Amino acid sequence: MNTSALHDLWVQLTPTPLFGLTLTILSYLSGHAIQRACRGAALANPVLISILLIGGILGITGTPYRTYFAGAQMIHFLLGPATVALAVPLVRNLGHLRRSLPGVALALTAGSLVSAIGGIALVEICGGSRAAALSMAPKAVTTPVAIEVTQTVGGIPSLAAVLAIAGGVLVAISIQSLLRWAKITDWRAFGLAAGTAGSGIGAAHAISFDEIAGAFAALAIGLNSLLTALIVPTLVHFWPHFP
Amino acid sequence: MLNAFAILLGFQLVGESLHRIFSLWVPGPVIGMFLLASFLLRKPSALSEPLVSTTHALLQCLGLLFVPAGVGVIGNLNLIAREWIPILVALVGSTFLSLFVTAYVMHRICSPSRVAVAAPILSDGKEVQGSQS
Repeated sequence: MNTSALHDLWVQLTPTPLFGLTLTILSYLSGHAIQRACRGAALANPVLISILLIGGILGITGTPYRTYFAGAQMIHFLLGPATVALAVPLVRNLGHLRRSLPGVALALTAGSLVSAIGGIALVEICGGSRAAALSMAPKAVTTPVAIEVTQTVGGIPSLAAVLAIAGGVLVAISIQSLLRWAKITDWRAFGLAAGTAGSGIGAAHAISFDEIAGAFAALAIGLNSLLTALIVPTLVHFWPHFP
Repeated sequence: MLNAFAILLGFQLVGESLHRIFSLWVPGPVIGMFLLASFLLRKPSALSEPLVSTTHALLQCLGLLFVPAGVGVIGNLNLIAREWIPILVALVGSTFLSLFVTAYVMHRICSPSRVAVAAPILSDGKEVQGSQS
């Protein structure tokens, strides 16, 4: 087979779902293999590795994101059922949740407020644009909520989605060291913090450790999307630099 | 497994419909999650083994599901290159702050003794992760 035939094959195959699906799953598996090779180092996060791999491959081959997403959206779609599925660990651990309800309410409100205020304030202090600040504000919630809230307040939805994912990856990378440093050794606090600060990716990380942590992370995702959708637009309304 | 998937999609569909009919800011899947949770509380027998194992399988690869949206970063490289300092500082700063504040408040309010399993596993997380994967 000569080069032009190979090129033809590439042109024919890239717009099909097969390309986006295979590329995504293979990259994710490679990400896991790399993390295992690094003895489970948190920095070798599979989500981060696969995003870098796919981004690199698309860049080198000059494939537009839209072409890739045409196939990969099948995986993207499963985010919906997976979010609904979080109800199961939630219900199975309801006893734990009921007992710590006041703590959950207070910790979640505090974490959610700190995330939104800190996000906007830090972008401003470092001289970032209004669009960047508004896209940063809702980044602690799950990706679809972040997109929705950003649209409401006038940020850039695709940037908000990326920041939400980056925040989640950061949580997965740092949560163990940070909580160990703070001498916090409670699975409920672990899960709630993972879900509040890192949404879905944080929850995925928490679930891989412990089911109680997963249940608290699921609860945090659900309540945080309610809370952030209220907090961020209100905050932007009263924020002095954003009339 | 097919039944379990039908349940998940069905609740997502109901959530999505409510989201659109009442123009709620909460996304359909999150509404679906709360609806499924309240349904399972009313009818515990619905929490069948296939539902538990299917949701478990789906949630085990939750990270994978964020990859396609995450690759969208390549569309924002210009903005990120232009404002990488404020974006990086705010991303890291607000994530760490939120992580710490949430865990600290939760830790202070709820007495840790109630969940006794916590300490030894957290201090040796890598081993646990390896044994479960």
